[in-house]
Amino acid sequence: MTHATARRAVLDAGGRAPLLPEARTAFLEALDQGWADPRRLHAEGRRARMLLDGAREAIASVVGARTEEVDLAPSHTAALHGAVRAVARGRRRTGTQVVVGAVERAAVLNAADFVGDRVTVGVDRDGRVDADAFTAALGQPGVALAALQHANGEVGTVQPVDAVHAAARAAGVPLLVDVGASLGHAEVGATWDLLAADAGDWGGPGGLGVLVTRSGVRRSPDWPEDEDRWFPGGVSVPAALAAAVALQVAVSTRSTDDDSRRRLVETIRTRVAAEVPDVEVVGHPVERLPHVVTFSCLYVEGEALLTALDSRGFAVGSGSACTSSALEPSHVLAAMGALTHGNIRLALPRGTQEQDVERFLAELPGIVAGVREAWGVGGL
Amino acid sequence: MITVDARGLRCPAPVIRLARAAADAPPGTELTVLATDPAAVHDVPAWARMRGHAMVGATEQDGVHALTVRTHA
Repeated sequence: MTHATARRAVLDAGGRAPLLPEARTAFLEALDQGWADPRRLHAEGRRARMLLDGAREAIASVVGARTEEVDLAPSHTAALHGAVRAVARGRRRTGTQVVVGAVERAAVLNAADFVGDRVTVGVDRDGRVDADAFTAALGQPGVALAALQHANGEVGTVQPVDAVHAAARAAGVPLLVDVGASLGHAEVGATWDLLAADAGDWGGPGGLGVLVTRSGVRRSPDWPEDEDRWFPGGVSVPAALAAAVALQVAVSTRSTDDDSRRRLVETIRTRVAAEVPDVEVVGHPVERLPHVVTFSCLYVEGEALLTALDSRGFAVGSGSACTSSALEPSHVLAAMGALTHGNIRLALPRGTQEQDVERFLAELPGIVAGVREAWGVGGL
Repeated sequence: MITVDARGLRCPAPVIRLARAAADAPPGTELTVLATDPAAVHDVPAWARMRGHAMVGATEQDGVHALTVRTHA
């Protein structure tokens, strides 16, 4: 061994990025100042309520909404489930169909199946939904809701949200836009009726989701009443404050962070394709998130590759079935017609060092070759 | 027509077995791989595309997928 493996390179920040230092400070301060139940009427409770509402206000300002349109959820999954369920119930007289892109998060697909009849619009080889097919599906009678992500967190491809939102508006159907992989990394625009986001993804604490609902979108809970109507029980005040602070930091440093991450991703895409034999780099080459890059290595077991990389100091993600408890591989890779085994998914956190990426690129070809050798697949 | 039995094997083993059989077969041979791993349904067509083989058919019965390719001439 010529390298020490003490140095870790975390290249798997999707949905759970390292906590930004400013968020950590805000969290600790809020533990002192905002520990009380914000539903209480005493001074301590009112102080917690003020911090919570301040967090909502800050998030509202970043996404271009009013504070009362922002609801905080105990997770991104809960935000997506709550959005689909409440709108489906609110618009049940219109119909039971939920139109979704094929590469939406599992939380959206499962919620659509749960509330009604899911209509799934396919994607091309890059993972982009067909805007015309989406528009046609929106024009059918009986559509309660549609959902299209801003960009895919597994492969980075940006979706044609503007065109689909215009079609949804024309059809009178509210559009839920999942910005869980985008907010804090890319401009998410204003073409949405409901917006769901994930604080853990932008460097805030895990366990906090955001749902923004434009006034005028009809929704109705299909769960028991609670003082916190949309997400019963409310959320942690310190987590909410830390999330809001992290989002402000993420947005204020976005252009520099993203220039450097986009360059690193471009280098990874080019060099992996050139230096690893039989590899497919997936996702749209240009219309993409600045920090996500995914590729699949033919004849390679994902788990073996992930474990080998981990032992060399690299934390990476994977969409291969053998890397999860699920038997099914990533529905995103499957919908794109991409190779699902031997998959590696990188989501570069802010401040990723060029030297870590260089070391990853230097070691990867040998690690892939080693896994292939163990399976005896040379020359196939 | 060659049949490759990869039932009970997890990814990427079905594709590797199929690739081994294809390497030994003359050009234009039809090969069918039997697999129970759901990933094979996606990975066999992707492998065929990467190798320039043609996907001929895909059926499923009782949880066993039969995926047929024709090797390129």
